[in-house]
Amino acid sequence: MSAAAPATTLLVLMLPFLAALIAPWMTRRLGHNAAWILALAPLAIFIHFLGFAGEMADGGVVTGGFAWVPSFNVSFSWLIDGLSLTFALLISGIGALIILYSGGYLKGDAQLGRFFSFMLLFMGAMLGVVVSDSFLMLFVYWELTSITSFLLIGFDHTREASRRAAIQALVVTGGGGLALLAGLLVIWNITGVSQISLLLTYGDDLRASPFYLLALLLVLGGAFSKSAQFPLHFWLPNAMEAPTPVSAYLHSATMVKAGVYLLMRLNPVLGDTAWWETILPVFGGTTLIVGTLLAIRQTDLKLMLAYTTVSSLGLLVMLTGFGSEHAIAAAVLYLVAHSLFKGALFMVAGLIDHETGSRDITGLGGLRKAMPITFLAAMAAAISMAGLPPFVGFLAKEEIYYALWATDPWSLAFVAVAVVGNGLMFVIGFAVAIKPFFGAKVETPQVPHEGPALLWLGPLLLGVTALVSAILSPLTHRFISSPMASAVAGQAETVSISVIPHMGPALILSLVTVAFGIVAYLMHDRLRAGIAWLLAAIGWGPDRGFDQLISGLVRLSVAVTRLVQPGRLDIYMTVTFLMVALALIGPMAWYGEWPSMPVWPADAQFHELVVIAIAFIGLLAVIYARDRLTAIVSLGIQGFAVALIFMLFGAPDLSFTQFMVETLAVVILALVMTRLKLTSADHRPTGRKLVDLTVSLACGGGFMLYLLAVTQQPFNTALSDFFSAYSKVVAHGANVVNVIIVDFRGTDTLGEIAVVMVTGLAILSLIRIRTPRAGAIADNDPDQAPVPAQSAEVR
Amino acid sequence: MEPLFAILVGALFTVAFYLFLSKHVIRILMGAAILGNAVNLLIFTAGRVTREVPPVIGSGSDVLAAGAANPLPQALILTAIVISFSFFAFLLVLGFRAFQKLETDRSDEMRLAEPVSDPSPPLGY
Amino acid sequence: MRTLIFRSIAPFLTSLMVLFSIFVLLRGHNEPGGGFIGGLIAASALAIYGIACGVAAVRRAIHFHPMAISAVGLFMAALAGVLSVFAGVPYMTGLWIYPSLFGVELALSSVLVFDVGVYLVVVGAISSIALGLEEGDRD
Repeated sequence: MSAAAPATTLLVLMLPFLAALIAPWMTRRLGHNAAWILALAPLAIFIHFLGFAGEMADGGVVTGGFAWVPSFNVSFSWLIDGLSLTFALLISGIGALIILYSGGYLKGDAQLGRFFSFMLLFMGAMLGVVVSDSFLMLFVYWELTSITSFLLIGFDHTREASRRAAIQALVVTGGGGLALLAGLLVIWNITGVSQISLLLTYGDDLRASPFYLLALLLVLGGAFSKSAQFPLHFWLPNAMEAPTPVSAYLHSATMVKAGVYLLMRLNPVLGDTAWWETILPVFGGTTLIVGTLLAIRQTDLKLMLAYTTVSSLGLLVMLTGFGSEHAIAAAVLYLVAHSLFKGALFMVAGLIDHETGSRDITGLGGLRKAMPITFLAAMAAAISMAGLPPFVGFLAKEEIYYALWATDPWSLAFVAVAVVGNGLMFVIGFAVAIKPFFGAKVETPQVPHEGPALLWLGPLLLGVTALVSAILSPLTHRFISSPMASAVAGQAETVSISVIPHMGPALILSLVTVAFGIVAYLMHDRLRAGIAWLLAAIGWGPDRGFDQLISGLVRLSVAVTRLVQPGRLDIYMTVTFLMVALALIGPMAWYGEWPSMPVWPADAQFHELVVIAIAFIGLLAVIYARDRLTAIVSLGIQGFAVALIFMLFGAPDLSFTQFMVETLAVVILALVMTRLKLTSADHRPTGRKLVDLTVSLACGGGFMLYLLAVTQQPFNTALSDFFSAYSKVVAHGANVVNVIIVDFRGTDTLGEIAVVMVTGLAILSLIRIRTPRAGAIADNDPDQAPVPAQSAEVR
Repeated sequence: MEPLFAILVGALFTVAFYLFLSKHVIRILMGAAILGNAVNLLIFTAGRVTREVPPVIGSGSDVLAAGAANPLPQALILTAIVISFSFFAFLLVLGFRAFQKLETDRSDEMRLAEPVSDPSPPLGY
Repeated sequence: MRTLIFRSIAPFLTSLMVLFSIFVLLRGHNEPGGGFIGGLIAASALAIYGIACGVAAVRRAIHFHPMAISAVGLFMAALAGVLSVFAGVPYMTGLWIYPSLFGVELALSSVLVFDVGVYLVVVGAISSIALGLEEGDRD
């Protein structure tokens, strides 16, 4: 099968990135019509992945890839099974429609090209997440989705709300990504494999490991933050600051499902334990209830949908946690159904907003006549969301109740949670699909009329798909649901539910849900007021907690910076030298390896002692010199004494060099000092002097002890012998020092003379800088610079 | 001779650090000059000290004479001397320019990069 | 500093020191000496000349800008390493030829070229610093 050729798949995986590259250019040329061409990229991907469907239906798995860093066993490899395939089809299929929708929605926006680019980048990243086989690739793509989500939420970066939402999303999901990385590393450590396809056989090892809980919690940290599980749910509603195509695509249909994907992918290896079957349903169930209650509270169409997305994700996590055959089938069906209806509803909300200028549900009504196609799409999506036949949402809900129904208290609690959650989602679904379209016509900022085909094509097609996939349920199950459920369960599964209702507990629960939904729908306004009152009574939420966390972080960094960076050179110096002293003396004290007491060198000759004494006198004179000329001369004296020491102890080269350097140093020091009105005398108070003296004595003493210890060790002459042996024989030079410098270590010397030359250049430019007036601020001072025109781009 | 040298090296380091801890740029500079000598002598001593015989191979021989000095530390120090001198000159001119610009030679009054009353960063987004 | 005596002997002193510096440079491979020391001696010579007769005189005398001399030196040193490419040996490997000039055998090598480069870098950079400071003294 040609579509399975690795090169084609690689090309397909890279296709969104290539499209992202040309998108800005194409948009400059074609304007919003570039969407028609750019949508071909996801369409091609869709068709390519559709080619795998037959193989998947027969239980096949396609893997492929290329070695990336063979020495670390890291590869660029992919794994395509039922789970990946469904996700890939959703990503590329909805992606194509969203690209078209974006073209209509942001028509005329100066940044449209950039928007397309980000969207396609995200598509590539998301596709990468769901097909990645190697952990590293999974992590890289995972973080890339967080980054592209950040870019898209902050797309309208001139508004502070957008910036805040973007940062919030990045912090939460990016932080979760790091937890995921840690979790994957723990798993890697336990099992020794870094590829998902290999990992699947290590489930028992993993569950038996003492580090299982650690790995599980870290992975859940990644999944829960990405899929907005309570209490990390707050970033998702805020992300509605993004343009509506982003909300429809990233924050309902695809990206937020990455966490669910991860849980489903790891279900065969991490699942089927008490921890898994407790944590997931509890968090998922809580998220389901909290999300729906918060959704009821909202009046903004997008926010209502956003909170129901939170609750749907909670439902998916809950079902994945149960892990039974029916629960997985339900999760699979609900995931597909949710992507279809929620994406459509978001597009509808955006369409209403685009055409009327308002998306507040209390300010909309009677649009049915003006926007018939939109209404049709909205109704299709809402029916699917409410779980009524003959849409795929119905299949999902029936399967959910099949899965949950049991008579023990634990199951009954979750049945109740599911009924309440589904009932409230029923309310929101119809509130979005009915309230703006029925009732009296309400005055809106713009005169409503049907949007262009670019805008209604997407929601309509998604609605139709939701209908067709339910009616042709045997086909859907064969190619989509069953392979995906098998991949999630880790063994062959068959999903068989159809649109024809069967008598049983599931149907009764469905009827209860619908009845509850209708009652709640009629009481919507009263419910909303009640929840608003409740939230006001609580007052604090994780959203405000995030603000407090961030501002606390900023304050803490300011405090720490002020503490460790007081801006005083003498403090930095004191700390540095204390550390040097500690580093020198500490290990000797710790291990008790002090140098033995040195004996007085009996062979010390009188003239050598005199030279050393001169050096000491020069040093003391430098410290005690009252005027600067004396200090300079004393500096020269100790320098010449050192030069003499080199001379006396067999280093004529060093001696000459030192003489020349000391002479030049004294000369230039005198040249500069005569122009400075400085005093070299010490003005430190005595107490400070004592502190400084103690610190410097500790450092100097440390170096002395260190040197004593070094010289008391036997000397390793290997290097010196090498140079001695080869200097004349190989390098033809008798002066070994010079041979080392220019021949053996020539490349070093090349670097060193380059340094000398660069300092020469630096000094020359320092000397040549014109100082306009003494005390003036430097030209490049940021506070004095003319303020650059803010945001130069023209919208 | 090494113990004597060790004491001298210790003294050089002490004086260099003591000068560094001063607030006056000119004293810090002198400290830098002395620090160079201290490090050079440290390397020199660590390579062991011999008297008077330079590391030059005699005309009749192919290797160094037995009592010759160790050439390796000398090669290291030779370039170090020149480089530390050029850095010393750079620091000198830098200090001089700073004095001209800021009209002070005290390091605790040079607060251009880290002002005393640095405003807190904004807490918004 | 600019006394008559100093000004009179400075050119001779400088010439002698520069000559000596070249001597030190060339003998460096077999006797104490070499590029670094030679360069420092020559730089000191130029500094003395500058103190005695003014920076303008020094700049006239050396014709090129000191940093240009330094740059040529660095280029030579780098090139000395590249020469080994033509001999098919690793970078910076010393190459030796012994041409005979007027009956005297000369030992020429890429190492010598390198050392001359070192010499020029040191002369150029250090004298540039010294001259810059002396010059700044007068404005």
